[in-house]
Amino acid sequence: MQELWQALVQAVQLIARLDSEVVEISLRSLYVSAASIVIAALFCVPIGGLIHFHEFKGKKVLINVIQTFYSIPTVVVGLFVFLFISRAGPLGGLELLFTPGAIIIGQVILILPILTGMTISALNGVDKSIKDTALSMGATGTQAIWTIISEARFAVVGALILGFGRAISEVGAALMLGGNIRGYTRVLTTAISLETQRGDLVLSLALGIILIGIAMVVSVIMNVLLQRY
Amino acid sequence: MKTLLIRSIRHISLLVLLVSLLLSAALPGCTPAATPAVTDSKPAAPQPIPVVAGIPRFKIATTTSLYDTGLWNYLEPMFEKKANVRLDIVYAGTGVALEYGRRGDVDALVVHDPEAEAKFIAEGYGINKRSFAFNHFLIAGPASDPAGIKGLTPDQAFKKIYEGGVADPSKVKFISRGDNSGTHSKEKLIWQSAGYKYEDVRKSGSWYVETGKGMGPCLLMANEQQAYVLADISTFLAFKAKVTIVPLVDQGALFLNVYDVMAINPEKIKTAKMLPTANAFINWLMSDEVQDVIATYGVAEYGRPLFSPLKGGGCTEPGCPKLEDYTTPVK
Repeated sequence: MQELWQALVQAVQLIARLDSEVVEISLRSLYVSAASIVIAALFCVPIGGLIHFHEFKGKKVLINVIQTFYSIPTVVVGLFVFLFISRAGPLGGLELLFTPGAIIIGQVILILPILTGMTISALNGVDKSIKDTALSMGATGTQAIWTIISEARFAVVGALILGFGRAISEVGAALMLGGNIRGYTRVLTTAISLETQRGDLVLSLALGIILIGIAMVVSVIMNVLLQRY
Repeated sequence: MKTLLIRSIRHISLLVLLVSLLLSAALPGCTPAATPAVTDSKPAAPQPIPVVAGIPRFKIATTTSLYDTGLWNYLEPMFEKKANVRLDIVYAGTGVALEYGRRGDVDALVVHDPEAEAKFIAEGYGINKRSFAFNHFLIAGPASDPAGIKGLTPDQAFKKIYEGGVADPSKVKFISRGDNSGTHSKEKLIWQSAGYKYEDVRKSGSWYVETGKGMGPCLLMANEQQAYVLADISTFLAFKAKVTIVPLVDQGALFLNVYDVMAINPEKIKTAKMLPTANAFINWLMSDEVQDVIATYGVAEYGRPLFSPLKGGGCTEPGCPKLEDYTTPVK
């Protein structure tokens, strides 16, 4: 248990002296996962909206399928993308394997279902009467939809934070697709995995604490922005 | 249905890719090149040279034992400066490393499984194989040595462990890598020469623990469970301070562990374009510069080198590579 205390001390030290390797790895983690969440949001929020605002055959089944993929293992996503972007795969010519772009693709695919599903849930959570009220007050269909979306924004941002959390904390896809190359594709989780393998448990734990710290900062910033706008 | 699925996934991946490329271009401040220059407190390894556009990336897959001991951290910047490339090092067990090679995902391999390497070369994937370092395996276990293997030969020791484990799994346990790594291949070879079929051993009871993990985690696990484990001596030394298990058997011809390097054959893998760099890399590993580093690497920390260079003919036991295999440059 003394390791826990040592890890806390080491985490504080690493942050305080801005250890160049840790700063670099942390920035890369942040960049990769932020890029993933932005890209995924560009797809998922509109798709979630489309699904919510349209009635069609098989809608329930589709939502069930999306929700099932919440639990897709990160290693499976890694393996799946690996087969596509490996030189022997259909997208091999793009030379993406073992690059940061590969990790981003993996993480985007990983969080697509969560973000889509949570957007649908967020929109569902808005009271039906709000739409009726808006319509009865003379709003057009589009205006009513905007009303619902703005009512749902807290839950949507919650979904974004959740997706970001899943992206920055996953190790399976990052390890398999990025290869944990020092100075190029090493992110916090793959660094933790490597240091654990090397037996430096204290450093691993310290990096874990830094990861949590980053997640905390991101979630606070998102919530502050939400309050303001 | 399947092709439709695959096609739509391809479309999505491409779309995702395009957007991510745009984003990475738009956010240059977050790319590694812009890492703030802060003083590094870790003196162990020089930092890799910064990413500069136009410097080709040379990808290698290396065995975990060489990586976990930190040797590559040390060698990486040396080669980057010499060959003016970015050396991207992916670490994996020999089985996975060879698979990366077969798929054309790397340009060169550093591995330690003679049989699997021979197959890889016979299939036409690997060329220009050379050897550049060696060390030995050992069997570590609890100091109390419940199976009584101390001082035996490797195959006799495995026999004792098997018998002890089958008789009482609570007393005698064996931790296996179980990951098709070079160490795992060596383990199978020792079982074979002890007169067992590997598949029978695997299924013979709870005393035989397959982990599927790297050498380091296996040592930690053997330590936790007070079990026996086959390890390369370098990783064992690197973990010695963290474990209470001790080397019990460290002599025997079967224990020789030779590290080889080879290039991916561009005639077999059309996308392999880095053969000249791979050749330079192979020749560089055999050069005095690297051989001298290998001869001293780890002395300061562990009191002895973690690997032995082949230069100077220090490897004399049966199974050692021939002189030309570690001296003749590749072209």
